[in-house]
Amino acid sequence: MSDLINTPNDNSDTDQMTILDKAVNTTDKQKQIINYEDYVKRVTPTKSLCMNMLRAFLVGGLICCLGQFFLNLYTSQGMNQDDAGMWTTISLIAISVILTGFGIYSKLGEFAGAGSLVPITGFANSVAASAIEFKKEGQVFGIGCKIFTIAGPVILYGIFASWILGLGYWILKISGAL
Amino acid sequence: MNNKQYIGRQSISFTNGPYIHAYASIVGKKEGEGPLGKYFTKIVEDDFFGQNTWEEAESALQGETVKLLLNRSGVSPSDIRYAFAGDLLGQLMATSFGLAEYNIPLFGIYGACSTMGEALSLASMTIAGGYADRVLALASSHFASAEKTFRFPLGYGSQRKFCATWTVTGCGAILLDSSSGSARVTGITTGRITDYGLKEKDNMGACMAPAAADTIYNHLSDFGRAPDYYDKIITGDLGYVGQTILIDILKTKGYDISNVHMDCGIEIFDINTQDTNAGGSGCGCSASTLCSYILNQIEKRAWKRILFVPTGALLSPVSANEGQTVPGIAHGVVIEAV
Repeated sequence: MSDLINTPNDNSDTDQMTILDKAVNTTDKQKQIINYEDYVKRVTPTKSLCMNMLRAFLVGGLICCLGQFFLNLYTSQGMNQDDAGMWTTISLIAISVILTGFGIYSKLGEFAGAGSLVPITGFANSVAASAIEFKKEGQVFGIGCKIFTIAGPVILYGIFASWILGLGYWILKISGAL
Repeated sequence: MNNKQYIGRQSISFTNGPYIHAYASIVGKKEGEGPLGKYFTKIVEDDFFGQNTWEEAESALQGETVKLLLNRSGVSPSDIRYAFAGDLLGQLMATSFGLAEYNIPLFGIYGACSTMGEALSLASMTIAGGYADRVLALASSHFASAEKTFRFPLGYGSQRKFCATWTVTGCGAILLDSSSGSARVTGITTGRITDYGLKEKDNMGACMAPAAADTIYNHLSDFGRAPDYYDKIITGDLGYVGQTILIDILKTKGYDISNVHMDCGIEIFDINTQDTNAGGSGCGCSASTLCSYILNQIEKRAWKRILFVPTGALLSPVSANEGQTVPGIAHGVVIEAV
């Protein structure tokens, strides 16, 4: 893991201490907040952005390739494009839910970040993980109330955004622009 | 006993400090595989501790630890006058359901990850004040129940930042006694809520370091001591980031503790092989490290005096969502070999 980490630059040590000193030994709360935040940013190592992007690209790309594989497979079996697309989605979701149940998807997520979060498998993972976790709290107050704890915002704002776009489309249409 | 025992701004120097009569710790599999593995009283492989839910698991963890402590000390629950105990879950679920069977008069306490320091402080005051002869102090945390309470469901695939810490599955319990034991609590410094305005709940080390610095600074000035008076100054769960900050803050205040500082969160896991990012955290981190490695070192007299300073981040999932800052608190407890 250590190759992943950007350790803060040691050359700025004295700089850092001056800033921290301003944060610690002051009575001005506002200055304290700003200086402390600045200092903390300097001493907190972060994971390498390039490496993270590379991992996300690899895993995200592989998940998409898997989708393409299913699509080709289903169309080669004589399905039309629409049906094959539907079955591809179902297959990816099924795989994600099974991997979530075995505790594998969370490990994939730790490695890949947005690479496993953005595709439809990430959405399925967020729903399945909540369902598994909250099952113990009952069918109604557990699964029923909490299954969309993570996916809820995506559903709400996804529908809301499509409503806005639909409204725009409709206005353009009746105004004759389209 | 009628002597004035409080000193300085926020400390107590006990004239007759209570003894640590017995201690016990239980941790999960991952902690058992860590560098301190051989020191824990018991390692349990099953994360569920034979129960159905994570909350029940943490309750069982507490109950089992008390049972071990009673076995080790040969004391029965009816001989213990009070228990001070806490955990990280809502409404202290693990404590309420874990300790019910023992019927010990209970003070449930919440100090976030500093709970063990708070429990030990209150338990010591209770004995030193003559209100009891035997008191139990205990704190626990569980990785899965803490994830569920403070982060995401366990199966959710999200990435941790480097500064994030890993909640320890563990419980530490101490039986304090007024007359006999291998170590003694000789003083305490109660922490204040310290807030430098940070809102980054993933970087808890940075949120808590100012509180630890404040408590250590006030402890040293209340008692008129220098850092090297102690063999170790041991914080709870600052992790790598918090350790750097703590040492830096105290430097700006004229103290250098870099030679004597140790952090339970750094000691309990191996950063290179266990993928725990900045270190361990949770009430169980400092409690189980204290009730294993630390007290063992004191018993062996490898260390004669330590200042134990568990650190807590006082946030709730609600306060974080409502945009509040993450204040910290830290309680200092002086433990000396007898």
